[in-house]
Amino acid sequence: MGGIMAENNESGHAYWKANLNLIAICLVIWFIASFGFGLLLRPALSGISVGGSDLGFWFAQQGSIWVFLGLIFFYAIRMNAIDKKFGVEE
Amino acid sequence: MDLQTLTYIVVGASFALYIGIAFWARAGSTGEFYAAGRGVHPIANGMATAADWMSAASFISMAGIISFSGYGASAYLMGWTGGYVLLAMLLAPYLRKFGKFTVPEFIGDRFYSSTARIVAVVCLIICSITYVIGQMKGVGVAFSRFLEVDASTGLLIGTAIVFLYAVQGGMKGITYTQIAQYCVLILAYTIPAIFISMELTGNILPQVGLFSNHVSGEPLLTKLDQIVVDLGFAEYTSFTSNPFNMFMFTMSLMIGTAGLPHVIIRFFTVPKVSDARWTAGWSLVFIAILYTTAPGVGAMARMNLMDTIQTGAVGAEDGNLLYESRPDWFKNWETTGLLKFEDKNGDGRIQYYNDKSTSFAPKAEEFGWKGNELTVDRDIMVLANPEIAKLPNWVIALVAAGGLAAALSTAAGLLMAISSAVSHDLLKGTFTPQITEKQELMWARISMAVAIVISAYLGLNPPGFAAQVVALAFGLAASSIFPALMMGIFSKRVNSKGAILGMVAGIATTLLYIFTYKGWFFIPGTAMLPNTPDNHLLGISPEAFGTVGAIINFAVAYGVSAMSAEPPKEIQDLVESIRIPKGAGAAIDH
Repeated sequence: MGGIMAENNESGHAYWKANLNLIAICLVIWFIASFGFGLLLRPALSGISVGGSDLGFWFAQQGSIWVFLGLIFFYAIRMNAIDKKFGVEE
Repeated sequence: MDLQTLTYIVVGASFALYIGIAFWARAGSTGEFYAAGRGVHPIANGMATAADWMSAASFISMAGIISFSGYGASAYLMGWTGGYVLLAMLLAPYLRKFGKFTVPEFIGDRFYSSTARIVAVVCLIICSITYVIGQMKGVGVAFSRFLEVDASTGLLIGTAIVFLYAVQGGMKGITYTQIAQYCVLILAYTIPAIFISMELTGNILPQVGLFSNHVSGEPLLTKLDQIVVDLGFAEYTSFTSNPFNMFMFTMSLMIGTAGLPHVIIRFFTVPKVSDARWTAGWSLVFIAILYTTAPGVGAMARMNLMDTIQTGAVGAEDGNLLYESRPDWFKNWETTGLLKFEDKNGDGRIQYYNDKSTSFAPKAEEFGWKGNELTVDRDIMVLANPEIAKLPNWVIALVAAGGLAAALSTAAGLLMAISSAVSHDLLKGTFTPQITEKQELMWARISMAVAIVISAYLGLNPPGFAAQVVALAFGLAASSIFPALMMGIFSKRVNSKGAILGMVAGIATTLLYIFTYKGWFFIPGTAMLPNTPDNHLLGISPEAFGTVGAIINFAVAYGVSAMSAEPPKEIQDLVESIRIPKGAGAAIDH
């Protein structure tokens, strides 16, 4: 398997870079939805009310989980496409 | 049919099903014992992972903690789901590509050192045992209620059951059994939640019900805030007093989730790298069904509990429930010792309020209340919830079966991780490579048995509610295993010295911090400092310290590696190869 890399080093690096970029985008969203809206930004967002409480409370107890779910499937779909593009799929 | 008989039938039937499946799928080879022969579809694997993952802490304990801490307990919700994002992107696909059976095996190979492998085994055993202690507390609670015995007896009976099928089945048995357990536990969790949500808000989905209007017309959460504030408690939805600690705690649970060996091990059982990504997603789908229901369960259970005790206006002479006329569920839980009433003012009525609130104290005095009279172990809330809400008996019986399924499935998965670490990594991989497959299997079963006994013993005096004990296990995983795995994949520069010292430094500081406040080896009475926020370093609670441990681990590993030689060429090639999915099929066995 090391051979694939040796033959194809440049495309291997580009593949890895594409993966890292995608991960970075996903993790920024991951952080904002949970630590951001659900916690650190909650006092700032307290004016936006959601069913008896506020947006921050909703993100902490519901929204963050839905965002996580979306992110994992988004990553899996995008990554499969990237695998194909670089010809490294199984 | 009375409740007790019905519970026996439902629980008995579910157990017969699990044991039947475990027997039918009895493992024949080590490959089947550890990794189910790698023939499991992502959806099936996702369901099994969800059952494995959702333990007594999630099922029995978490909603109870939410019930009493409100917003503050959101750390559990975000932490235990957000970790899957890290797992799916940072670990699972690469570990599957690597294609071995256990976590220490990866660490040993990547850091080209049997010392690294042994250190990883030790970390893994520490995390898993701590985790199983939490499960045992949950098993004790569930069995004590179900058999109407005290919590310790319940625990011992539960231990015997865990022992029976975990030792028998191995991973293949466990995977299929866990699918059945998932179905039982998710029905048991959602059915009562739907009933109660309908009752209180008219909304069928608890996820929506939590944020809709109570049948009285007021928003449910506003009403709940009012009810608890009227009795001197903190507002249910109020912001945390220590956002920094909540941040550290959530982070610790997230990275711990991604570093727990019994979860990671599941990603070894999928056929392809892309399946590892899908499996993470499907697992979270099945987990999210419970986790998005839990906040509704917590809030509504609290409301029903308060309404049951405080039957009339606060302070009115007949506003509180007469102890004489307490409902059956109250009596049943009294038998377990997990619900206690003490008539401090001798009026024969139950006063449940916050006697630590200084602003409420003058009112309490005016009412003639002499202190809070009701002690509720938070771990009983989920199991008692359907009874408090007066749901039909079959629902209550189902919840008992679900709680047991959750506790047993996770305990089995963890024991699996422990036994494979001992027999596969320590014996076969390091100390006695000449043993046969049959002997290896025997040792796997022996180490399981030993782990069960130790954790049952420590579970008799757990260092907190089930979810809190489990949170400690996550902190330990966060500080040791996750950083080592992540650096092993994302850095070619981190070498064996760095990884070993990083893991040791991370887990040692975290353990030291935990033991300082929770007692040495969790033995009661040996804590060095009282476990209160003003004694904590920067206000970080022991449950949240895993994040600090992880930072120490990363810092030490990078620092030491920078000052010593880079890993050999073939290791750098190995890192390059695990980053690329192609060729995973070839790496199935070794």
